[in-house]
Amino acid sequence: MDATLPGATPPARKKNKLHPKEFLLWAFMVSVFMIFAGLTSAVIVRRADGNWLEYVLPSAFWWSTAFVLFSSISLQWSVGKARRDELGQLKMGLATTLLLGTLFLLSQWLAFKQMVGVGLYLVGNPSSSFLYVITGLHGLHMLSAVVVLFVIFAQVFQYKVHSKNMLAIRLGTLYWHFLGVLWIYLYVFFQLVF
Amino acid sequence: MSHSNPSASTAHGHDHGHDHGHHKETFITKYIFSQDHKMIGKQYLLTGMFMAVVAALLSLLFRLQLGWPEDTFPWLESILGDWAKGGRLDPSFYLALVTMHGTIMVFFVLTAGLSGTFSNLLIPLQIGARDMASPFLNMLSYWIFFLSTVIMLLSLFIESGPAAAGWTIYPPLSALPQAMPGSGLGMTLWLISMTLFIASSLMAALNYITTILNLRTPGMTMTRMPLTVWSFFTTAILGVLSFPVLLSAAVLLIFDRSFGTSFYLSEIFIAGETLNRTGGSPILFQHLFWFLGHPEVYIVLMPALGITSEVIATNARKPIFGYRAMVGSLLGISFLSFIVWGHHMFVTGMNPFLGNVFMILTLVIAVPSAVKTFNYLATLWKGNIRFTPGMLFAIGLVSLFISGGLTGIYLGNAALDINLHDTYFVVAHFHLVMGSASLFGMLAGVYHWYPRMFGRMMNEKLGYLHFWLTFAAVYMVFFPMHFMGIDGVPRRYYNFTGFEYMAEWMDLNRFISISAILGSAAQLLFIWNFFSSMRMGKKAPMNPWNSNTLEWTAPVEHLHGNWPGEIPHVHRWPYDYSRPGAVEDFIPQTVKDDDLPEELRKPSVRPVPHHASKEAVASENMLFSRLLQALGLRKA
Repeated sequence: MDATLPGATPPARKKNKLHPKEFLLWAFMVSVFMIFAGLTSAVIVRRADGNWLEYVLPSAFWWSTAFVLFSSISLQWSVGKARRDELGQLKMGLATTLLLGTLFLLSQWLAFKQMVGVGLYLVGNPSSSFLYVITGLHGLHMLSAVVVLFVIFAQVFQYKVHSKNMLAIRLGTLYWHFLGVLWIYLYVFFQLVF
Repeated sequence: MSHSNPSASTAHGHDHGHDHGHHKETFITKYIFSQDHKMIGKQYLLTGMFMAVVAALLSLLFRLQLGWPEDTFPWLESILGDWAKGGRLDPSFYLALVTMHGTIMVFFVLTAGLSGTFSNLLIPLQIGARDMASPFLNMLSYWIFFLSTVIMLLSLFIESGPAAAGWTIYPPLSALPQAMPGSGLGMTLWLISMTLFIASSLMAALNYITTILNLRTPGMTMTRMPLTVWSFFTTAILGVLSFPVLLSAAVLLIFDRSFGTSFYLSEIFIAGETLNRTGGSPILFQHLFWFLGHPEVYIVLMPALGITSEVIATNARKPIFGYRAMVGSLLGISFLSFIVWGHHMFVTGMNPFLGNVFMILTLVIAVPSAVKTFNYLATLWKGNIRFTPGMLFAIGLVSLFISGGLTGIYLGNAALDINLHDTYFVVAHFHLVMGSASLFGMLAGVYHWYPRMFGRMMNEKLGYLHFWLTFAAVYMVFFPMHFMGIDGVPRRYYNFTGFEYMAEWMDLNRFISISAILGSAAQLLFIWNFFSSMRMGKKAPMNPWNSNTLEWTAPVEHLHGNWPGEIPHVHRWPYDYSRPGAVEDFIPQTVKDDDLPEELRKPSVRPVPHHASKEAVASENMLFSRLLQALGLRKA
């Protein structure tokens, strides 16, 4: 119990590298991940029960994956521009990211339509119900990220995002990358179970 | 306020404290939409107390039915209307009462009321922070919680009645709106309320974790935190990891209820009709539910254990026994709580091998629990004990933790559980170890920190009376239930008069009901004491219990920012009680070594005699050069 012994001089306080809000976001992302961990383990448990319909995933998911990857790249590029105060390019980068994010959501919608086209509905075998619910929930989170990014985009025009004020865009980027990684996890998972 | 860097807050912090204390606040920002953690803590406490009264009244209604199943009570009809036609409870309303009692107690009283109150009050005060990491999020969390209580209470007043599928809301009762009266609108409101509740708990938990990790005052290392803060910390981690899983279970349930999917439903006949639902599994829900449900038990219990550690050490005037073991056992319980959920599902047709795994893991929880119990007793051993009401409730918790915990060993045993599952044995077990123990922790906390909250002392004599009546009532109500359970009396039954072998338990049931009425009446003493002491209580000194922790160094009057001047720095752990040679029997965390006599100081590094250290260095060098020689990097 040395460190707690009376009289022990307190060790010099380490400077916190992580901003409290950034930590808050990490903890939030953990809890979001737990939602999807819960749902994907539910898929595994349910699948083991048998009577599980297997099908080919809609091809639009390939597009989704491509959009989400490119959007992360363009957003990371924008952060670099913000750090160097190149506002014109920053705006362009963010606009591109927003466009790619919207395309991601559209491609998800397209995937739903492809599913319906081959007769896989929300109501039916749980294997297709799971796909709708899980991707839908991820889509909702993605929608929230698009809104957040749009707010940051608007702030750029008010000169609120620059090398001295990076917190908002850093956190927005972190969340965006997280949802991208989450999508890739889900996509790989779907490939394995469906 | 910018509290993000407490180490930099000096005169700056001083200004802030005064700004918030005197200039900016209106009635609404001070008492209603307050962002001050102390006020939010009080809001949680009052809401929790109100919900506890509601839940107790609900339990009295169904105890009335269980104690006097053949009698009629005409006055019941005048308050409950059609739910008690002719003065007898409607069976489906009985189920609704049990469901709402469980839901309110587990989530609204013992999660939000206990953790919400004391995490809010104590985390910033005990770690030396001016407020939570995000005071706004904190306020939002309370008001979302408040909204969820309103919706839950509203469901008591709708025509089809509140949810009635048990607090565990197993499908199909919860998944088919037409299954029973409470499965309709009542269940929908339950789900809406709980979704809000989950959102609120998550916000609160994220805030607690961030505050503890980021805003500790200089010198407050993790191993110098009071055990209360440690328990709130592990509780919040459990919340962040387990509540989202309940949310995903609820999402799938909502889809089953409202959009016709079959996640949890399969081959259902209802009123002679086949439903068009195939391929679902109700067991799936149980897995998802209990993945939250079991950690939830510890979300309820751990803050109470933390409060007990603090109250016992302070009032035994002794350092807590085994501080590191206490922290380790909290971490151990937290970890284990995630891998034992299957012990709620032994009788679902689980693979016996899996059952064995869950059984062994469950029994392992006895180890950290026993460590805690041993340490409480060892702290009390030869202590200079002050029996304040708070202390009595803390010791009461230890008693309940032992008597309720022991039966957990029976229930955790898969073979025994086949007999005991869904009997009154289970009811006795969880009411003692989780319900009553946590409630005792909460009451201990209220008695102990009342002077900190309201600046006055509670009446001690009323406190003693309240303790002994409550303690006796709890054992009188729940202990006999073990015998009923061993005899196979099932829980959740409306009436036992139809079964001959249960007839012998009729008198005992009545005894339990009378004890429950007495025990509930005793709580009126507490409520009177709580509210009257706010005005009539003796004015409390700044540190009434001669305690070491930081919350007693802050002035009592409402001050957003907690300390008018600089935030105190911390120089020692919080349990320096009765140190031989000290002038007083406590040395607060803020006391520097320089202010103490020589023999009470302990150097941070054990001094090594000069010659010994030389030898040590020499032999280390020797070893090192031998190694280099062996590797051929140095000539022999």
